[in-house]
Amino acid sequence: MAYSEKLLDHFKQPRNVGSLDKDSKNVGTGLVGAPECGDVMRLQIEVDEESKIIKDAKFKTFGCGSAIASSSLATEWLKGKTIDEAMSIDNMDIVEELALPPVKIHCSVLAEDAIKSAIADYQEKNSNQEAL
Amino acid sequence: MDKKLIYLDNNATTPTDPRVVEAMLPYFNQFHGNAASRNHPFGWKAEEGVDEARQQIAELIQVDPREIIFTSGATESDNLALKGVFEMYSRKGNHIITLKTEHKAVLDSCKKIEKMGGEVTYLDVMDDGLVDLEALEAAIKENTILVSIMYANNETGVIQPMKEIGEICARKGVLFMSDATQAVGKIPVHPKELGIHLMAFTGHKMYGPKGVGVLYVNRKNPRVKVTAQIDGGGHERGMRSGTLNVPGIVGMGKAAKLARLEMEEEAKRLSQLRDKLESSLMNNLEEVYVNGNRDHRMPHVSNISFKHVEGEGLMMTFNQNIGVSSGSACTSASLEPSYVLIALGLGDDLAHSSIRFSLGRFTTEEEIDQTIEQVTNGVNHMRDLSPIWEMYKEGIDLDAVEWSEH
Repeated sequence: MAYSEKLLDHFKQPRNVGSLDKDSKNVGTGLVGAPECGDVMRLQIEVDEESKIIKDAKFKTFGCGSAIASSSLATEWLKGKTIDEAMSIDNMDIVEELALPPVKIHCSVLAEDAIKSAIADYQEKNSNQEAL
Repeated sequence: MDKKLIYLDNNATTPTDPRVVEAMLPYFNQFHGNAASRNHPFGWKAEEGVDEARQQIAELIQVDPREIIFTSGATESDNLALKGVFEMYSRKGNHIITLKTEHKAVLDSCKKIEKMGGEVTYLDVMDDGLVDLEALEAAIKENTILVSIMYANNETGVIQPMKEIGEICARKGVLFMSDATQAVGKIPVHPKELGIHLMAFTGHKMYGPKGVGVLYVNRKNPRVKVTAQIDGGGHERGMRSGTLNVPGIVGMGKAAKLARLEMEEEAKRLSQLRDKLESSLMNNLEEVYVNGNRDHRMPHVSNISFKHVEGEGLMMTFNQNIGVSSGSACTSASLEPSYVLIALGLGDDLAHSSIRFSLGRFTTEEEIDQTIEQVTNGVNHMRDLSPIWEMYKEGIDLDAVEWSEH
């Protein structure tokens, strides 16, 4: 099966690979998937305290080319967005952008899960703060 | 930037040897007759070609030419052997024994037989992929008619103890069938010395053409018969009807002859290249595992798991110019990793991380050197991206992590 140029580009030159300080209260971390399933994504966001805009995003992914490209693309899209805007990223946007074939749609679902999970982690950290 | 294409997927199919193509060509238009046309020279010439091929194939596996039944390939041969024996010997019993690591052509035929009222035992293999001989013997019952065990596994190259299995079958008085698709033409395979009564193999795994295969059926002591699965003109002693694929058969004959003359040297050369590939990758990289028994293995096959790297992703780092296969689920639509590797006791994670390299007649040392370099770089690239490799490096016990299965 032939992959799209965009997908191959994200796979070969993945953007924003790495990690952020998971203990920082401005950082939300999502870890989704399982090694047994052949996909694990770790996606992190760093939210600017003042503007509440996502100022950085990083990822690492164990998985096929589509999984790696989906998470790379997700980090690119997340930067500069508010939490609300980030929440509205839909897996089908990723499918379209990378022209994922039907058998690879689950990779985009996993990327959306990773985004939601990272946001949930960030929100949990910060709501606790407010409660204190 | 343009790199030469490197083919290391010879267990999927081999290129047709140019000498084979040359032998086939006259049979498309020069000697185009139907081998069953007994009354004119066109038919005679075609029949001559088939007879010679039958002789060449019989010589390769050291059997009587009359024991060679031509089919369309190993899948059909497997179907004919299993279903044909099941039907022919239904009065003797209905139980068949096979392995969980067999090819789908055998496993799915067995599934069909179960639907037709048969009983099938699917034996586990040991962690090195070999059959447990005691378990096999214990599984043979009053109503057992057939044991079907592959000669060499397509994914790992592991060679089963055929002689010992043959002895058990002889002692117990059951027929022994083997899918020898991956072995014939690559290593010496002599069914009569091993007590094999039926044996399936194909042209396109031994540098012959696609679309032609053989079922060897033992004629004496015991005289084995199979019920035809394709009915028609009664070709091939009534066991397989259908106009013979004369160019294909001639090609498979030529391929058999070349294999007989060249396999010894070829096997030696390929095992050296294979060993170089394995030892270099193991030297260059950590956490590399060779799957399957390394002492009882085909000379040209290596199945390797690169821990914490997903197989299809890894393949994408070099599949612009290197052709291999992976046991990763991501290469198929099923989302399940290789059942063969799972049967060897590999966890799903290691099965997802496997790559099969299968070398062949036209593989060069230069190609192996390039493969070593590109695979090493690919694994390093994928590990730099892998969160579980990072966690492993930090000493986190991955089994203790609560993963969100999806």
